[in-house]
Amino acid sequence: MSAATTLTRRPRGRFGDRLLHAYTWLIIVWLSSPIAVMILFGFNDKKSKSNTSWQGFTLRWYQQLFDISDLTTALKNSLTVAVASTLITVVIGTMLGLALGRHRFRGRGVTNFLVFAAISTPELVMGASLLSLFVSANLPRDALTIIIAHVLFSLSFVTVTVRARVITLDPSLEEAARDLGATAWGTFRQVTLPAVLPGVLSGGMLAFALSIDDYVVTSFVNGSTVTFPLWIIGSVKTGIPPQVNVMGTLIFGIGVLIAVANAVAARRRRT
Amino acid sequence: MKRLTPYLLALPSWMWLAVFLVVPMAAMASVSLQTGNAIDGFAMTFSFSNYADALGRYSTQLVRSLWYGGLATVAMLVIGYPVAYWIAFKGGSRKSVYLFLLLLPFFVSFVLRTISWGFLLADDGVVFGTLKGWGLLPADFHVLATTVAVVGGLTYNFLPFMILPIYVALERVDPRVVEAAYDLYASRTAAFRRVVLPLSLPGVFAGVLMTFVPATADPVNAQVLGGTGNTMIGNIIQTEYLTNLNYPTASALSFTLMAVLLIGIFIYARALGTENVLEAAAR
Repeated sequence: MSAATTLTRRPRGRFGDRLLHAYTWLIIVWLSSPIAVMILFGFNDKKSKSNTSWQGFTLRWYQQLFDISDLTTALKNSLTVAVASTLITVVIGTMLGLALGRHRFRGRGVTNFLVFAAISTPELVMGASLLSLFVSANLPRDALTIIIAHVLFSLSFVTVTVRARVITLDPSLEEAARDLGATAWGTFRQVTLPAVLPGVLSGGMLAFALSIDDYVVTSFVNGSTVTFPLWIIGSVKTGIPPQVNVMGTLIFGIGVLIAVANAVAARRRRT
Repeated sequence: MKRLTPYLLALPSWMWLAVFLVVPMAAMASVSLQTGNAIDGFAMTFSFSNYADALGRYSTQLVRSLWYGGLATVAMLVIGYPVAYWIAFKGGSRKSVYLFLLLLPFFVSFVLRTISWGFLLADDGVVFGTLKGWGLLPADFHVLATTVAVVGGLTYNFLPFMILPIYVALERVDPRVVEAAYDLYASRTAAFRRVVLPLSLPGVFAGVLMTFVPATADPVNAQVLGGTGNTMIGNIIQTEYLTNLNYPTASALSFTLMAVLLIGIFIYARALGTENVLEAAAR
């Protein structure tokens, strides 16, 4: 078979590919446009109450970032909840991921089902059911109940991420460590943990991102504690102050930086 | 000791899932059958009429939510599939860059993203205000507070969750299989329809699952982008729980919503195997 016949027989569709390429970029631009607007209007030198039309460039909102004390408190609450819930989730989720990925035990099927159920339960239902429990048990709602809820919805994601990592791990490595006289704990700390660490870290980042972003579940279990997303929703009617844009921009910037650094580090590990 | 290890490892998560996932569902089921009010307290009366009552009052919003969720899911599938296809087959060495760009909006809070999107759609905002200024749109043209705004917002917010699983499925398609189809004189369309599309179906299923459920149950888009005629079941449940303190009705509604969605999910998961869906979800 000559190359020429291959060429004529095989459909090419270069034009279609180019069209799809442009289309992909169009979608990317569409998805990013609200972000661009958010960043831009954090620099808007607005004079009137509403922040809806461009009136000139200023860094004023960056200087006055923490001037709205309720907003600052809300951001602090969000960060506190995110750190606390991430720490708890990473510890217990990693343990469960290890158990599911490495061991066969009774109740494994039920556990997998529960992990799946926790992922697939709509946030709204999760929040509503937690509130039902807290109301029934007469438990006051505050930062603690928010943390409980956030651990619940991030747990499965950490578990699944760690489990996926554990499955790819060669068990003979651990056996070799044991043969060389390492204790069970020593084997875990020096062999297993470093090997699953990338999974643990990405699970942890996911948990943190889910927590700091959550509105729906939190709205049910917050009591009078206000988090960043709750504060924003609460101020939609009166107008979002530019400080929110700035905080959103900073969170966005930090998130992107961490993600890029992570990707670069992963690439360096591979080569 | 060795035999106990997995149980000890799983114990904290078991307790968390039992106390905060399983028990609350039971609590919600129980509350949904109670009567009373927030001041005098609620008592179990096994009043199944709560369900009939709640559905009688809010069936419009429940049906509307399923309709909006369905519309948004179809829109995401139609919009997202070509993107996943192009990145998987033509993305070359820059695949991960494109995926990263698609995920960029997730670095901004969901609520803030929706508000920003509403800002772009505002009647006199940067887009429509400008077009109206040029006389390209009638002065009373508006998108906010319509079905289009809410369904568009849902589509915007959850689109990457549709693209990613489809991409994962397509990325696994061996290019040689497609080559083989061409060698067997398949046209471009036939190769896609008979080879690529069937192989990508697990991704499509996972994508539909990951978008339909959150879109249907989402209260934020309807609240920020919709008007009084676009209220979804999520808004009703929030109001009944948090403003009216009408726990039995709210619980009955949540339970109904979950039943409708979970029955759908588990039929899906059965057909696919939960592990596959989870793995697609984890990627």
